[in-house]
Amino acid sequence: MKRSYLGEFEEIVLLTVAILGDGAYGVSIADEIEQQTDRSVSISAVHVALNRLEEKGMLSSYMGEATAERGGRRKRLFTVSALGNRTLNELRSLRNRMWEAISPQNLPALSI
Amino acid sequence: MKASPQPPRWADRLLEWFCAPHLLEEIQGDLYERFQSNSNRFGEKTARRKYLFGVLSFIRPFTLRRKPDLYLSTSLFPKIMLSNYFKIALRNLLRNRIYSFINIGGLAVGMAVAMLIGLWIFDELSFNKYHKNYDRIASVMQHYTMNGVTDSQVSLPIPLANELRTTYAGNFRYVLLSSWTEGHTLSYGDRKFWKAGNYIEPEAPEMLSLKMLKGTRAGLYEPSSIMINASVAKALFGDSDPMDKIIKIDNQITVKVTGVYEDLPYNTQFNNLDYLTPWALNVAVRDWVKNSRDNWDNNSFQIFAQIGDNADMDKVSAKIKNARLNNVDREIARTKPEVFLQPMSKWHLYSEFKNGINVGGRIQFVWLFGLIGFFVLLLACINFMNLSTARSEKRAKEVGIRKAIGSLRGQLISQFLSESLLVVLIAFALSLVLVQLVLPFFNEVADKKMTILWSNPRFWLLGISFSLCTGLLAGSYPAFYLSSFQPVKVLKGVFRVGRFAAAPRKIMVVLQFTVSVTLIIGTIIVFRQIQFAKNRPIGYSRNGLIYVQTTTADVHNHYEAIRSEFIKSGAVVEMAESESPVTGVWNNNGGFEWKGKNPGQQANFAVIGVTHEFGKTIGWQFKEGRDFSKAFSTDSLSLVLNEAAVKFMGLKNPVGETVREGNRTYKIIGVIKDMIMASPYEPVKQSLFYLSDFPSNFINIKINPKMSANEALPIISGIFRKYNPVSPFNYKFADLEYAHKFAAEERIGKLATFFAILAIFISCLGLFGLASFVAEQRTKEIGIRKVLGATVFNLWRLLSKDFVVLVIISLFIAIPIAYYFMNNWLHNYTYRSEISWWIFAVSGLGALGITLLTVSYQAIKAALLNPVKSLKTE
Repeated sequence: MKRSYLGEFEEIVLLTVAILGDGAYGVSIADEIEQQTDRSVSISAVHVALNRLEEKGMLSSYMGEATAERGGRRKRLFTVSALGNRTLNELRSLRNRMWEAISPQNLPALSI
Repeated sequence: MKASPQPPRWADRLLEWFCAPHLLEEIQGDLYERFQSNSNRFGEKTARRKYLFGVLSFIRPFTLRRKPDLYLSTSLFPKIMLSNYFKIALRNLLRNRIYSFINIGGLAVGMAVAMLIGLWIFDELSFNKYHKNYDRIASVMQHYTMNGVTDSQVSLPIPLANELRTTYAGNFRYVLLSSWTEGHTLSYGDRKFWKAGNYIEPEAPEMLSLKMLKGTRAGLYEPSSIMINASVAKALFGDSDPMDKIIKIDNQITVKVTGVYEDLPYNTQFNNLDYLTPWALNVAVRDWVKNSRDNWDNNSFQIFAQIGDNADMDKVSAKIKNARLNNVDREIARTKPEVFLQPMSKWHLYSEFKNGINVGGRIQFVWLFGLIGFFVLLLACINFMNLSTARSEKRAKEVGIRKAIGSLRGQLISQFLSESLLVVLIAFALSLVLVQLVLPFFNEVADKKMTILWSNPRFWLLGISFSLCTGLLAGSYPAFYLSSFQPVKVLKGVFRVGRFAAAPRKIMVVLQFTVSVTLIIGTIIVFRQIQFAKNRPIGYSRNGLIYVQTTTADVHNHYEAIRSEFIKSGAVVEMAESESPVTGVWNNNGGFEWKGKNPGQQANFAVIGVTHEFGKTIGWQFKEGRDFSKAFSTDSLSLVLNEAAVKFMGLKNPVGETVREGNRTYKIIGVIKDMIMASPYEPVKQSLFYLSDFPSNFINIKINPKMSANEALPIISGIFRKYNPVSPFNYKFADLEYAHKFAAEERIGKLATFFAILAIFISCLGLFGLASFVAEQRTKEIGIRKVLGATVFNLWRLLSKDFVVLVIISLFIAIPIAYYFMNNWLHNYTYRSEISWWIFAVSGLGALGITLLTVSYQAIKAALLNPVKSLKTE
């Protein structure tokens, strides 16, 4: 099967969508990433990544309900698709395999 | 309650403008949500700023890209549809042949006129640009004031050149003395030709950047040298090498060919310069030139200059202002001579001076024709748009069907646009053909040598971009308006053209006729002015009068012998010598005194030396006194005056009075009626005629009226050659030369007629098309009116009335405009015709007549239609 490439930020966004479950849309994703990673994220960057991921078929979306604070506009809610799920899992097992292949003495000691 | 904070409106608008519609809702919603939380956390101001940054950061490819339309996802221009558009377009053109002809023909004519005028203007503006130092070359001129009137001339004294070179050194690169461009006989072996050239200082070829075919630009530094242009070289030497050959000028001066230069192009001031010889030669062979070398008062020479590479034309011109004044005596200083530079860029288009101020010149015609060209083109475009929109309403049904079958709006738009582009491109191609055909004729009328600029990219760029613009503009109405119809309505026939659809069309008809009528009036006035000046009594008889310019003394030395042989041959009635041709004044002198002269008056006269028979030859008419006569030996110190001179001198009884010039005293023996020798539009200058006994420039010959010119000329030329073998017999007819004085005005007249006819033609085409369109639209109405008892005349009036009203409105606009401009034009002439009311009446009636003729054809056709048929049409 053709491997799907994910950029680092795309991977984070995909993971965040998975964390948020039903409530994943632009602002909530950005907020969540900020909390998790402690880095400031612009909404437009999130939208770009979401767009790319949807094009790749790793996310699916539907329009949610409108709220007053959005000026009566609806949200687009994202959920991880089967392909997204598989890609995340593949990435994770790849990482795990590679971690296991590292012998501890090859890494310099970390001061804790 | 305080309103909840709002993000900046314009940032919102920006977002709504650039963002793809399918993404807008979520993006804007997210930004709003962020804005609300930001304004709670940081306050409204910061939130607004962040909002703006947020919006800007969304300017990214994915938001700019529109979601592709499913239907158009294949291609906007599927081949099969394109070929269908072409087919339909061509069928439409062929089905409505008359409309197509009017549409394409009218536009092509308009474009052709604009192209011709464009070429003309291009030619005028590129005048003299052949010379590389175009920007730095100038002709030195002077203003002088006589009796309160300031005149400007290029004639200057010789020492001024040296003064400019020394006192004002550093400002000039070259200062060149030159003679006038004079005609002389060049001979080599038995070949002899009458050619024009200048005595000029040797830097001239360098300054004028002549393109040398043989030899170098330094050729004139040799003392007895001549540089000739390619056509003279061809004429004199054929194919053999002209270099170092010996040529004789007027069979007297021997010069060696030291260079051959390319003929100067027709649109340069020096295009008639056949040869150049060194200035030193002029000084060497002519005593009067030698004697003028230090004379600050003999204004008989030209000075050309090229300013220094870093000098400024205006500044240099201001610096040399007093160059002559500082060197002349008190008497001449009274004429306030003021030296200045006339830059080469102004020679052609800004050549006229009035009271010491440059008042333009041909540039007026550049503007005038530019304006006319613009208007003719505008008329043609208006027609084109009018007719295309009028026609397109007939195609509403087609639009309906196309839409019902599934055409998208975009497809219909591109169909109509491509159709009008096709028509415009056909018209453009046609106009190129037209221009190519008309150009020889136009060149003749305009006295130009122009060609289509086939290889000039700017020409093509202009032509094609203009075609595109016209096509898009004319096609935009049907394209955007018709394609917006709802197919159901159109097909049911509910479709109605808006009330205002006709208003712009009416305004355009008014505009067209305003332009046309203005042009008609202008043309009539120009021709009346020419006719008026032509009818002016000229004071002598031109019939069968010819003159020959000579530069040798041969004729003078055998004067009596030639004269008696001429008369004996029966071909000639009389002959005489004169200093000036009858159609020009070559010599002006001042310094005359007479009894009762106002001491402040500056006595400047046209002075013409003649022989005894001059009066009889040209047939001047005496008012008082008598002609020169051989019976009175005292006549060698006698004068004949013209009426203008008597008036100028303020003499009551002129005959018998005396006039002093220096130490000579002349007696006035006669007064003749004014003869028009110079401009027929100006008052005749005060002139003195005296008997001269030195060789003159012109031989005037009156051909025997019993003999035709064709019979007489060979006899005359035979006798002439016998006594003067070295010069070619180069004769001119006085009446033709006189007619040349009207050439400029006649040229304008002819061009104006040409354009006026085209403007009217184009306007009528448009009117014809519109009338037929209106008649067609009202077919049913006319049918019903007929059934109810309307006569053909009633219907004709009904249909024509609208157009006549429009034309009358345009008359009221055109007449004041034409009056204003033509009145200004006429004021350029001292001797001018009046603008009378009948000119306006005639052109108004003419315009109305043409309108009625054009409209009536359609109106009567519609009115005669059988109502049964017209009511049946669907």
